Amino acid sequence: MTELPQKTDRKLGLVIDLDICVGCHACVTACKGWNTENYGAPLADMNAYGEDPSGTFLNRIHSYEVQPSGGGCAQTVHFPKSCLHCEDAPCVTVCPTGASYKRAEDGIVLVNEDACMGCGLCAWACPYGAREMDRAAGVMKKCTLCVDRIYNENLPEVDRVPACVRTCPAGARHFGDFADPDSNVSRMVAERGGMDLMPEQGTKPVNKYLPPRPKDRPAAAPLTPIADVKATGVAGFLDRLLEKL
Amino acid sequence: MHPAPSVIVFTVLSGLGFGFLAYLGAGLVVPPAGWAAFLVWGLGYGFAVVGLLASVFHLGNPKNAIRAFSQWRTSWLSREGIFSVLTLLILAPVALFEIFGGFPLATLGWPGALLALVTVFCTSMIYAQLKTVPRWNQWLTPVMFMTFALTGGAILSGFNVLSILLCVVLTAVLVAIFNVGDKRLADSGSTMETATGLGKIGKVRLYEGPHTGTNYLMDEMIYVVGRRHAQKLRVIAVAFAAILPALVMLIAPEGSLFGIALALIFHLTGAAAARWLFFAEAEHVVGLYYGAR
Ligand code: SF4
Ligand code: SF4
Repeated sequence: MTELPQKTDRKLGLVIDLDICVGCHACVTACKGWNTENYGAPLADMNAYGEDPSGTFLNRIHSYEVQPSGGGCAQTVHFPKSCLHCEDAPCVTVCPTGASYKRAEDGIVLVNEDACMGCGLCAWACPYGAREMDRAAGVMKKCTLCVDRIYNENLPEVDRVPACVRTCPAGARHFGDFADPDSNVSRMVAERGGMDLMPEQGTKPVNKYLPPRPKDRPAAAPLTPIADVKATGVAGFLDRLLEKL
Repeated sequence: MHPAPSVIVFTVLSGLGFGFLAYLGAGLVVPPAGWAAFLVWGLGYGFAVVGLLASVFHLGNPKNAIRAFSQWRTSWLSREGIFSVLTLLILAPVALFEIFGGFPLATLGWPGALLALVTVFCTSMIYAQLKTVPRWNQWLTPVMFMTFALTGGAILSGFNVLSILLCVVLTAVLVAIFNVGDKRLADSGSTMETATGLGKIGKVRLYEGPHTGTNYLMDEMIYVVGRRHAQKLRVIAVAFAAILPALVMLIAPEGSLFGIALALIFHLTGAAAARWLFFAEAEHVVGLYYGAR
């Protein structure tokens, strides 16, 4: 059903720490692996060994350079992006078949591939580029928050988190319940000023991003003393001579 | 947005078909019984159905298309599907009465005409509802779709004066939507800074994309190539969709089949150009993540 739930009991989602992500793409690979081997149509690659390879991914890392407006060095920010499991998910309400839905129990936004007709309208409705049509299967793919891991009693407890979170070697990704103000993710968001992406789109994302911490400013002109060395002796004579020429 | 031929054919032809069906249903055009009525109604149904079929080619998994009638509560695409089928069903007895009986059936004809226009409105709302495509997300979008349907219908109906009037309106609507559309992305307030949330630090630029090749999102939503000749195409769209048909209708005698055919060919060419631009020029905010628009 494409009507959004009035409220969800839990709000499961991710916190992504932009201060820590090193842009290694390990989460991208882990996500592709898990979601190809498990639930639903595998994430296809098209022309993987050809001239113009492309493929379906549910998580992608962009890298940006930010020039601080107050001056100082530009900052490099690696920016992982996947479905934010929005509270007001526009991708769900536009779906004509009822394949897209948001779960009332935990807020996860999912696609029932058996009902999807591959019209692509939900991908148009998502501001974040979090949905990709699988070009081999012709159905819409998106992050499931690893719904087949987080409740999976066959896995050791430590593995019952999304594959990207489990894999991240830097600890930049955290999984938890945003409806609980005392959860790990809620506390991180409160402490570090976790933010929404494109709040003006009115999607009310559940996933939050922690902004990168400000960088140290270099001391004023650290190289001047070295460049100002006065030459003496023969070198000094040459120096003065050359200056006159 | 990628201007897929199937979607251009779908919106242009179904708009024309349902526009014409509205005139027929309302009894504004009553062809003589027999073959003439059969051909005239066949034309309306033909355009509408061919348009709808073209939309199926856009689907990745058409075997589930039947489910598209289920989510009318929230989805404009679902509503469009339902209203298009309802229109075609309700107008069928009207068509049969005219073909075999030679008189219009206003009891079903008027509701059918109304439904035909509602169908076109639903089609337009599929696009107008999308906040992610600021150029579409405005009330001029449904106005543009409705004006196209009414103009095409008037031309097919052979109403010279009405066609000319609607062509004038269409010109104004197209000029307005081109100009207002150009400012919509900036007005939406979405920028690379809001997309990344990094605007508090400063100016953001893409330094490395997530992949070296392309992907579904870029192919589907970041269509920059086509914008190069946009200005020329805008002139062509207005000239063919509105100005030339108006001139033909001005010169041609009322009800001249040759005049109608010529005006229609011009109009459809212009409509296709306008619809191509409608997609090609539309910027999706996801482009901001790719440093494109
Ligand atoms: S991020 Fe996109 S796909 Fe995910 S819930 Fe929000 S709108 Fe839907
Ligand atoms: S692509 Fe599938 S999930 Fe998306 S809107 Fe269409 S039918 Fe619904």
